[in-house]
Amino acid sequence: MSIIIESLGKDYGAAPVLEDISTTIEDGEFVAVLGASGCGKSTLLNVIAGLEPPSAGSVTVPEAGAALMFQDAALLPWLTARANIELALELRGLGRAERRERAEELLRLVHLGDAGGKRPHELSGGMRQRASLARALGQDRPILLMDEPFAALDAITRELLHDELERLWELHRRTVVFVTHNVREAVRLGQRILLLSSRPGRIAAEWRIDPGVRRDPAEAAVLTRTITERLREEIRQHAY
Amino acid sequence: MHTESNTAVRDAAPPPARDHDPGLGEVEAGLDRLQTTQEKPRRRLDSVLIPLGTVAALLSIWQLAAWAGSPREDLFPGPVQVLGVAGELLADGRLTEAVATSLNRGLLGFLLALAIGTPAGLLLASSTTLRRGIGPLVSGLQVLPSVAWVPAAIIWFGLTDATVFFVVVMGATPSIINGFLSGVDHVPPQYRRLGTVLGAGRLQQLTRIVLPAALPGYLAGLKQGWAFSWRSLMAAEIIAVGGSIGFGLGSLLQQGRELSLLAVVVAAILAILLVGIVVELLVFGPIERRLLRRRGLTPGSTR
Repeated sequence: MSIIIESLGKDYGAAPVLEDISTTIEDGEFVAVLGASGCGKSTLLNVIAGLEPPSAGSVTVPEAGAALMFQDAALLPWLTARANIELALELRGLGRAERRERAEELLRLVHLGDAGGKRPHELSGGMRQRASLARALGQDRPILLMDEPFAALDAITRELLHDELERLWELHRRTVVFVTHNVREAVRLGQRILLLSSRPGRIAAEWRIDPGVRRDPAEAAVLTRTITERLREEIRQHAY
Repeated sequence: MHTESNTAVRDAAPPPARDHDPGLGEVEAGLDRLQTTQEKPRRRLDSVLIPLGTVAALLSIWQLAAWAGSPREDLFPGPVQVLGVAGELLADGRLTEAVATSLNRGLLGFLLALAIGTPAGLLLASSTTLRRGIGPLVSGLQVLPSVAWVPAAIIWFGLTDATVFFVVVMGATPSIINGFLSGVDHVPPQYRRLGTVLGAGRLQQLTRIVLPAALPGYLAGLKQGWAFSWRSLMAAEIIAVGGSIGFGLGSLLQQGRELSLLAVVVAAILAILLVGIVVELLVFGPIERRLLRRRGLTPGSTR
């Protein structure tokens, strides 16, 4: 159930967005993809999700496909939180009674047990993202792709959602590809970090992160500084 | 310090996995409470008193103007005189008949336009070729005053109700089609992407994502469609009088003109206006408010 990416390239006619990306993401692995603007992070996710075809190379994804979580929660405003989740279950082909039950389960899982009847505009940003996460989990795909899902949240909420995401990942062990431009976030969550260069996006560097490092604030800070320095080096190349 | 000792304890015995943190759900619940606001109760009284006050003020100004400015009541009747005439028209049943006939025809014509415009809109929305070909024509028809159809309709259908319905349908349908199309055009692309990600097929994409998302635009089209129905109807009724055509508000207007009874004309205008306001207040207003409020939009507010 791993994702195999082989010399993947993507362009929209003009300059290449992604170039020669090769990596294998193991089953149940949590990979953080890090990069500055213009590195094609979102494009990479779209290609893995099958929303866009690759221009070169290949991407092999398990047949069951991938769930995608957007930066804004993308909840449908005319449906309640519960109905939003149920829609994902319905499109998966689940029957009415099962949908109802499973949606309640998912809401409780993300600690929204009491908020199922609320509409998106009545939820806070963090609650919306949790509902969106519950919907993505409800798709029950082996892979979960996340496109800067916490970028628009305040710091308190974001850190809380990091804990939440980690808890759910340890519970379900989906394969997660998490795109971010936040180095601390990447260190906090990823087992492995891929640093993409910008224009075109290539894999510039790669780190494997020991769980001990992730949970030790001092060691995490050191690693964060190293990666930040490397990221700045990449960005500096575009100064001229 | 308290926080330091806390950190020290944690460092001494780091938890094996964070998913056993029992406080996470509670912290989230607390934050959820802090970040969501309770809805304020609406002030109902204001929404009745302000419009009523405005109407009273306008009527007073009108009456004062009639007393002060005009020596001839037949050229500038005041509200007291007009309301008196309206009372007489009500008493002899003419006004009631006119309102009933017009409302009946207006609604029927509108429903007819709805039944034609909705599938037509769906068809145009789902085919780029059709949209390119017929879209400009529909927009053109929307601009064309429907009263222009009256002479042709009279030649085709004579002085019958068919003439009236034809004019109403020609007036309202383009608005309904265009409202539908604009509703579909304004569906955020994000929703369609979401549908694709969730695995929606073409039909599901349409029924579960695009159509619900397009509903506010469609409703705006319906509102405009009703307005065009009502206006077209009045135009048709003023021009096409007699034959087997029943006696509507437009006919009353025309009758008042022929007899040079300005009070009757003004009473008929007020009745036409009143029907428009009542339909808006009782039918479209509540539906629209409910639809928008459910989506977190506040109708009629710039704040």
